Amino acid sequence: MALPIENREQDTICAVATAMSEAGIGIIRISGPRAFEIGNRLYRNHKKEQTLLTMQPNTIRFGYLVEPDRPQEIVDEVMISLMKGPHSYTTEDTVEINSHGGLYLLNRILDCVLRCGARLAQPGEFTKRAFLGGRLDLAEAEAVMDLISSQNEFARKNSISQLEGSVSAKIREMREAVLYELAFIESALDDPENYDMEGYPERLRVKLGSVLAEMEELLSRSEEGRILREGIRTVIVGKPNAGKSSLLNDLSGTERAIVTEVPGTTRDTLEESVRVNGVLLHLIDTAGIRETEDTVEKIGIERARRSAQEADLLLYLIDTSSPLSQEDTGIAELVREAVAEGKRAIVLLNKSDLEPKVTRQEAEALFACGCKESAEESAGCDNLVRDSMVQSSAQEIGKPEAGKLHFLSISVKNREGMEELRAEIGRLFHAGELLQSSELYLTNLRHREALLRAKNALELVIGSIDEGMSEDFYSIDLMNSYAALGEIIGEQVDDDLVEEIFSKFCLGK
Amino acid sequence: MEYHMETEVCVIGAGHAGCEAALACARLGIKTVIFTMNVDSIAMMPCNPHIGGSSKGHLVREIDALGGEMGKNIDKTFIQSKMLNVSKGPAVHSLRTQADKAEYSKQMRLVLENQDNLEIRQAEVTEILTDPDKRTVRGVKIHTGMIYDCKTVIICTGTYLNARCLCGEAITETGPGGMQRSTYLKEALEGLGISLRRFKTGTPARMDGRSLDYSKMQIQHGDPVVEPFSFSTDPKDVQIEQVPCYLTYTNEKTHEIIRENIDRSPIYAGIIEGTGPRYCPSIEDKVVKFAEKTRHQVFIEPEGRSTFEMYVDGMSSSMPDDVQQRMYRTVPGLEHCRIVRNAYAIEYDCINANDLKLTLETRAVRGLFCAGQFNGSSGYEEAAAQGLMAGINAAMQILGREPLVIERSEGYIGVLIDDLVTKDNREPYRMMTSRAEYRLLLRQDNADLRLRGYGYRVGLISKEQYDYVCYKEEAIEKEIDRLKSVVLGGSAPVQEYLAAHGSTPLKTATSLAELLCRPEVSYDLLAGIDPDRPELEPAVTRQVEINIKYEGYIDRQKKQVAQFEKLEHKRIPADIDYEAVPSLRIEARQKLIAFRPSSIGQASRLSGVTPADIAVLLVYMEKYGERAADK
Repeated sequence: MALPIENREQDTICAVATAMSEAGIGIIRISGPRAFEIGNRLYRNHKKEQTLLTMQPNTIRFGYLVEPDRPQEIVDEVMISLMKGPHSYTTEDTVEINSHGGLYLLNRILDCVLRCGARLAQPGEFTKRAFLGGRLDLAEAEAVMDLISSQNEFARKNSISQLEGSVSAKIREMREAVLYELAFIESALDDPENYDMEGYPERLRVKLGSVLAEMEELLSRSEEGRILREGIRTVIVGKPNAGKSSLLNDLSGTERAIVTEVPGTTRDTLEESVRVNGVLLHLIDTAGIRETEDTVEKIGIERARRSAQEADLLLYLIDTSSPLSQEDTGIAELVREAVAEGKRAIVLLNKSDLEPKVTRQEAEALFACGCKESAEESAGCDNLVRDSMVQSSAQEIGKPEAGKLHFLSISVKNREGMEELRAEIGRLFHAGELLQSSELYLTNLRHREALLRAKNALELVIGSIDEGMSEDFYSIDLMNSYAALGEIIGEQVDDDLVEEIFSKFCLGK
Repeated sequence: MEYHMETEVCVIGAGHAGCEAALACARLGIKTVIFTMNVDSIAMMPCNPHIGGSSKGHLVREIDALGGEMGKNIDKTFIQSKMLNVSKGPAVHSLRTQADKAEYSKQMRLVLENQDNLEIRQAEVTEILTDPDKRTVRGVKIHTGMIYDCKTVIICTGTYLNARCLCGEAITETGPGGMQRSTYLKEALEGLGISLRRFKTGTPARMDGRSLDYSKMQIQHGDPVVEPFSFSTDPKDVQIEQVPCYLTYTNEKTHEIIRENIDRSPIYAGIIEGTGPRYCPSIEDKVVKFAEKTRHQVFIEPEGRSTFEMYVDGMSSSMPDDVQQRMYRTVPGLEHCRIVRNAYAIEYDCINANDLKLTLETRAVRGLFCAGQFNGSSGYEEAAAQGLMAGINAAMQILGREPLVIERSEGYIGVLIDDLVTKDNREPYRMMTSRAEYRLLLRQDNADLRLRGYGYRVGLISKEQYDYVCYKEEAIEKEIDRLKSVVLGGSAPVQEYLAAHGSTPLKTATSLAELLCRPEVSYDLLAGIDPDRPELEPAVTRQVEINIKYEGYIDRQKKQVAQFEKLEHKRIPADIDYEAVPSLRIEARQKLIAFRPSSIGQASRLSGVTPADIAVLLVYMEKYGERAADK
């Protein structure tokens, strides 16, 4: 009793394909079995003839877009193009209407298309159809989804690079290396006469070592990639009156263009997103930061600590116009802990416009041992730790690294040192390199998780070699590694995976 | 005038598949007739004289666990036995025996003769009779015109159907070993819409052992203590005097002769139409494909105790007789060999097993089952395994009971049949260790634990045998728990004992199980520091040892199986309309329509169906399920 299946894919969908903005030109895309028919109903050539169906596919034609019920009423002058499935992005019949831009006009044209019986596409639905049509593999489809939701320049570039298959190519390469070893071991088991296993475990260790190194590289970059793609969660800490609000206002005020408000999970945090040197900062505003200067702030260390845990970057403001207090010691300690965990932090010596009550040395000493001695006095105390953690950014040459502290003198009030701060943030996250580099970053969470599993499996193989296990034991973990890599490029069927990916496509119920 | 006989199952062919099929049916109380071209060729071993070997030994153990005969029969008739790969992990340990060919055949014939409900008939089956619509089997007709009415037919013609043997330019229209071939079935099958194809295989020469010089070869003995194949054989009964085999090698001179005459090989001359097995290459194939190798192994193996004939393993060939004479004589020890039977290639008709269901019943005709080399496999063990399964499922059908399908995660038999039925096999299929994905769980030592339950459910394993397996399972579990809970401190006797046996002393309290994980520590060794150990038989302690020593690997493999089973148990609705599934590629759609796989897992193994197609199918099924649920 085969059920009559009413396929969503039988619908014809439409959407504005360009940004909904006041730009000069806009594109409306229609895809599905009725795309040509709908396009034809809305299109008239310069002689007012309804001629879309006689048009050569993959060509573009000038004409007029008309109201569906009142064809005498011209909505806009348009260029219309027609792509016959499967030779289109979605692999379905597709019509694209290039019209003049502007929100009003685009909405009006969209409305005409909808009135002809098309349905508004759900987010990612064109991509879903491209995947179902075999136009994209899963990894590429995911990259398109990332592209749609990418928030900044880095994310956009990386999405495009994944789309071109650089993820796939890299992963495929690793996967082939694993497969080769797997095949060798299996062949040797079945045909011991023709495969010499003498010294093989050691050779395998070397080969897997180089694959592992690549995986590690990819994983560590992917963390930076993720941060850049999703934006840097930035927390400003400091005792009351250190200038946190001014700093926030300065950072966000001058970059107002893309500021958005994202309500946090609790009412007492708000995020402001600012673009600094091409990367996105989510300024996490702990309660109190936005309070007026004259009210007494009661930021407990605990609250700051909580925020710090979620942060990628800590900006610690020290008010150099008043002596270091007990509170500074506490905050410094939590900054120190965060840095020890590998987070980035910048110590800002604020109020350089006023007479200094705190010297640079004193500030640095805060982080040396968590005690308030001068740098000279603390020299004997855990020198190595201090040296590795405290670094002056001003003279710094080469790459800044995670897990180190950077110091900057600024005056938020006089806007001194603000450019240096922005540059420093960019440098800290390798933004310049990442933005220009065409290298691969695995930014998708599922990909990273699978790569991590692939890596762990190879480490188990190395473990087996170390323990002197015979080769037939290697296969289990090699196979796991191979399968995990396959999940990334969609060559390993995994039920969970398919479900997860398709939840992104808003699969209709 | 037509004369009718009444029976329930007709088995065509009495080779290794036919014997198992017929015995399974008869033992399940079903009236069975087994037809053979020649009663003297029952369970004949026309090629090599071994049973078992890498992965094939697993099959024999599994056949035995399910209630088949092969393991018991070889335990009675082997003349040498060896556990292979003991230096490797337990997954690839494999039992291999040399059989006394004549004795093996004789003993199996005796088992058949003594089996209730089973009748042996020497005859060539010429027709398969069906209902007029050709959808259901009704019986068979033999060359004399006699008709046997029955409910199911199991075809096990091996390499006999339209066989021809080639030795250079000399071609004879015979089955293996000069036996009469069968011819009529081809037409009968094609009339039922079952198409045949042509495969080929080959065998080396047999030589008079008295003409060989063994002093130029390495002698190969069997194991000092022999493990029986069958779980029912008393190990004491297999500690017999064994005969040795011998190892020698080909050399450049051998290869030169082959290269010079390669154009006279029927394969390279294009006379052979059939496809041969890559994994069982002739010596000409080896010389051509591994041109860089300067020598190949040659094993000289006895064919039995009552003959001087020796089998030249590793040098199968279809070269002309004169080339054979010259090439064999270049091998050290064979300089003065007298060839008793020349090497030859054999071509035969077989089906594409893709036309079968996982029960080994044809898709086209209800009640028509196929097994063995006729299904495109190679090897005695592969044949016997299929014969057993076809026999069981034919019987289950007659009894109106659930069929038995072994999954890939449960046994090599499952892998074998799934591969044959699902995958695109273009050459004779040989079982190999690498084909089994979950081999650490599918060990030859635990075949009884894996499969006896099925054998019991079906009715080929007695209550007593099954109870023993249940006891064994429990005993293993209990002993593992005990070893995990008994913790040793670093007392002087313990430390001294460990030191004396080359193991490092304990630093902290350590359980016996943890100690057993050390490579140098065995269960037996632990006895010295484990005074409260219960009295357990080796079959139990062996399992305990493996399960503890390789726990991490076993756990990871179990996870793989769980993943596999998820897709395997995702059933595809039988009435799914693949034409209505959007976005499937054309090739995948055709394959799916032709196969109608029962699960997503099976669908994913079809060649021509890509992961993307599977993803599409999963999405479709999800929607399909929702709609079905809505109704």
